[in-house]
Amino acid sequence: MKFLDKIFRFAGGIAPDGHKGETAGIPLRRLPRPRSITVSMSQHIGAPSVPCVKVGDRVLRYQRIGDAAGTVSSAVHTPFSGVVKSIAPSSTASTRVAAAVTIAVDPEDAGTDDSLRPIDWRSATHDEIVARVRDAGIVGAGGAGFPTAVKLSPPPGRSIDTVIVNGAECEPYLNGDNRPMVERAADIWTGAQIIRRAVGASRVVIGIEDNKPVAIKAMSEAIGTGDGEIAVLPHSYPQGSEKHIIHSVTGRTVQTGHLPADVGCLVENVWTVVSITRALEQGIPSVIRTLTIGGDAIASPANFAAPIGAMVPDIIAAAGGFRTQPAKAICGGPMMGVAMPDLEVPITKTCSGLLFFTAASVHEFGSGSCIGCGRCIGACPMGLMPAEISQAVEANDLALAEKLKVMNCFECGSCAYVCPAHRPLVQHNRRAKAIIGARLRARK
Amino acid sequence: MLDVIVALVPALVASVWFFGARALVLECTCVAACVASEWASRRVMGRPDTTGDLSAVVTGLLLAFNLPPDLPPLLAAVGSAFAIVVAKQFYGGLGYNPFNPALAGRVFLLLSFTGAMTTWSASGWVGAADLLTTATPLPPDAVTTATPLGFAKGGIRAGAAAFAMTPSLCWRMFLGDINGCIGETSSLAILAGGLYLMWRKVISWRIPVAFIGSVAAYAAILRLAAPAVAMPVSFHLLAGGLFLGAFFMATDMVTSPTTPAGQIIFGICCGVLTMLIRTIASGSYPEGVSFSILVMNAFVPLVNRFTRKTPFGESNA
Repeated sequence: MKFLDKIFRFAGGIAPDGHKGETAGIPLRRLPRPRSITVSMSQHIGAPSVPCVKVGDRVLRYQRIGDAAGTVSSAVHTPFSGVVKSIAPSSTASTRVAAAVTIAVDPEDAGTDDSLRPIDWRSATHDEIVARVRDAGIVGAGGAGFPTAVKLSPPPGRSIDTVIVNGAECEPYLNGDNRPMVERAADIWTGAQIIRRAVGASRVVIGIEDNKPVAIKAMSEAIGTGDGEIAVLPHSYPQGSEKHIIHSVTGRTVQTGHLPADVGCLVENVWTVVSITRALEQGIPSVIRTLTIGGDAIASPANFAAPIGAMVPDIIAAAGGFRTQPAKAICGGPMMGVAMPDLEVPITKTCSGLLFFTAASVHEFGSGSCIGCGRCIGACPMGLMPAEISQAVEANDLALAEKLKVMNCFECGSCAYVCPAHRPLVQHNRRAKAIIGARLRARK
Repeated sequence: MLDVIVALVPALVASVWFFGARALVLECTCVAACVASEWASRRVMGRPDTTGDLSAVVTGLLLAFNLPPDLPPLLAAVGSAFAIVVAKQFYGGLGYNPFNPALAGRVFLLLSFTGAMTTWSASGWVGAADLLTTATPLPPDAVTTATPLGFAKGGIRAGAAAFAMTPSLCWRMFLGDINGCIGETSSLAILAGGLYLMWRKVISWRIPVAFIGSVAAYAAILRLAAPAVAMPVSFHLLAGGLFLGAFFMATDMVTSPTTPAGQIIFGICCGVLTMLIRTIASGSYPEGVSFSILVMNAFVPLVNRFTRKTPFGESNA
């Protein structure tokens, strides 16, 4: 193990109040077995999966209940045994609507589907590892939910020399990546080596923000004398963005429209890496994800290793319920998460947090006109000029917005966070991206 | 905006200390007239009231700081109305005005009421006479009523030579013990406010440093080239409204560039223009800070455009 000497700082970024301490020291807990789960067929980016069970079917724990619908799609499994009660469109915590399989969970576990057998990854080939990752339904746990098997198969002519395990977790409040690094560091180190073997990389670097000293210590102990490196990154939002962690660790810049593989890098979230270890060593598909439930409306903020399909109210109940009625509910982190209009929804593989805030801590602002202070320009980690883009969007000049590279925006929200006039900068970018994106697709 | 008002308090105190109650009268008049103009013009235009953003208070204070102590308050009120109604609200209000409203108000007054705006009361402050080390004969009114800058420009024209800045003179000018507009004389008070704004991250160092730095560089070159007639660097830094302009007027966010490189360019151009007006321009104005900032205000969209950042991942390897 060695610590990286040189970290390449990216330009821009912000330092919001982390609120990490509220749950950083709380160990991961399992959720009490729910009576019912609703497993969405849209656990990922890409085509929703196709249910492969029927209403009334008995399902075993870890049984596949949804098949991948194409390459950029994923298999879905059930975390519990039970009976399929219904298959109907449903929303999710991340507000994606798709067919969902509702299962009445057996009070006692009634058997496990063991069709995925453990694999000795040390002798496995690239194809065997990728096939297992695909069969286990592993998708990026960082938020986007991109099917991991696709990432492990770089396009022809591209080779990967550096595997980066993303433990930056720059979003405030969340510890769903921090806790696995503390508690399951060995699994993360194993998974990192599996990925390195799969893609034939020479380096493995674990990137962790410096506000997680316990995780850094645990990871360095897990790696021991192994040839893994740890990059202690300055805590600066959005350090966990794929392009930014690549830059911080390697100094390489992923050009617009290019992939990490184009600069020889592969980035995987820490929980994705744990899922890979479980899938190979134990033959367990991706049915659990870690998440933080917090915010000032929650009685006992906590970290859970929660089964996918678990309903949000069950998770709230496991965290002691509401201390005060919330005014705002967010799935994910406060910076990039989405507001949940309805709480009767299940979590998915991409749900990194459930945050509930009281009216007292939710600030609602009217937006003023841009005074040209330029803070958004200093904050944008993509080097954009949000103030100018925003004014172009207001003037309906989308050609100018496109020229100002609005399509490069990944909606991290740093600009809106620093704007003293509280302008809806991210919303303007989203609007421009949606319209310009539709035009680009129509042109093709 | 509250931070800017806080930052202007030291200069406000200094103005009353050096110029007495008449300074306070001008300041109150300008603030009241600006806020009233803002309120009334928004109402007439059927737009929501914006007096709560306090920007009119800032404009009022800054305009007052740019007025000579004996200006009739009525004229100050007229200038305030021009600043808010014509220079700001006609363009759409805060954020849309191309020119700094306070400076527009000052220049409006300067051009419309030149006499009243250039009458400086004689007093015990550092005036023209203190700068004169030789008994060069000059018209008596130049000695008693000119600001140091006015005297310098007039003196140079009249062929007077050998100006000297003794340390004590330097110190008195730094404190603000000189003739001039009520809020601009105390470099110390303005510096305190400017540093506060930087500490609060309201403004960056770029414009003030580039502005003051380029004035110093220009003055230093001039002094080396023509030591007989050029004023010392310290004189150019401490005289006139350089500090007030560099820390509070040129840094007006609405009317200055948003890009880091643009702010440096803007500051340097302001400094060079200031010195050109102070030393070469043949007009009757001895001070160039206001004009240089207003001229550069007009270039802001262009400067922004040519200093756009290269986005991350757009071939910046």
